[in-house]
Amino acid sequence: MIKSLDPRIDRAKLTHDPIEPLKEMDQFQTYEVFHQTKRGQQHLHVGIVHAPNADMAILYAKEQYARRGETANIWVVASEHVSATDYFDQDIFETTPEKFHRDPASYKVMDRIKAYKERVKG
Amino acid sequence: MDFFNDKHVEAAKDLIYKMADDQLIIGHRNSEWTGLGPILEEDIAFSSMAQDKLGQSEHLYNLLHELGEADADTVAFTRNENQFHSCHLVELPIGEYDFSLIRHFLFDMAEAIRFEMLVDSSYENLAQLARKFKGEIKYHTMHANTWLQQLATGNEESKARMQNALNEAWPLALGIFEPGAAEDVLKEVNIFEGEAALEAKWLQEVTALLDKAGLSIPDGVSPVYGGRKGQHTAHLQPLLDEMTEVYSIDPTADW
Repeated sequence: MIKSLDPRIDRAKLTHDPIEPLKEMDQFQTYEVFHQTKRGQQHLHVGIVHAPNADMAILYAKEQYARRGETANIWVVASEHVSATDYFDQDIFETTPEKFHRDPASYKVMDRIKAYKERVKG
Repeated sequence: MDFFNDKHVEAAKDLIYKMADDQLIIGHRNSEWTGLGPILEEDIAFSSMAQDKLGQSEHLYNLLHELGEADADTVAFTRNENQFHSCHLVELPIGEYDFSLIRHFLFDMAEAIRFEMLVDSSYENLAQLARKFKGEIKYHTMHANTWLQQLATGNEESKARMQNALNEAWPLALGIFEPGAAEDVLKEVNIFEGEAALEAKWLQEVTALLDKAGLSIPDGVSPVYGGRKGQHTAHLQPLLDEMTEVYSIDPTADW
């Protein structure tokens, strides 16, 4: 008999370890969870849940990702319905250094803001 | 509300005791699934709802304290089984997950309707709690009903298991509505419409959902009464012993 510090295990009177290794595809499919804090704001991806269908995915998304803090709305989307780029093509995101004019950091607006503030103060 | 006399206070206490005890006991029972749930997500959801029940019972015990009873911890952890007003449905062991889910469905539907009715109670502190718990309880019934529909329409085995669990739980669930000691008094001053009114509403809603799931309500069963009068099955005292084990080591300890 398996003896445990957990009384629930003792009550089950187990003679052998009932936990077998997981078979392949033993899990439910995954759903991507999107969380919205306030109405009108965008839904942000927060993680996944395992569930047999969308209704149950919503039940679980609420408990995993909306238990604390403020929530207005939750979306779930079956992971298999997400289209994605291939990591092989990651180089498409590289920007050549010559095009730094696309980078907002390269605009020197702070000088002008400082100048404006000085002018207002003065 | 302003209670007219002691009779009204006693009637309110009788009502709140059974509500609080039901929640404490089913909360403890459902928490026995923590770590053993069928999948991680369900384990977390079921445990979280069990915690909600304990939290709600604490609020109700605090209300009793305002009415002159001992404080919440003393009331929850120092009474013997014959001082508990919970129904038999909540004290039975968790069994297999089918039984725990059917119990969760039948009990939480009754609880949701009871609190809906109490939103208009003349006892303002109780009505306030009813409004406060609305969201939590709505999720609990949503969870229960989604599982019910899922398993009752899953495959033959899942449907048969849900039907068997329903047959077992039904007479116990009818015991939720065992008439209280002072139903007339509660009605007279508009604290609560009474167990019979609650049962009628519950039966209507539960029947519709069970029909939709394709499960049939067992015929000709008698309700299991006694819990509201302190008569319990052999399962309650061991639960209380386990629940109070840590508290009893040092009742005066600060947490």
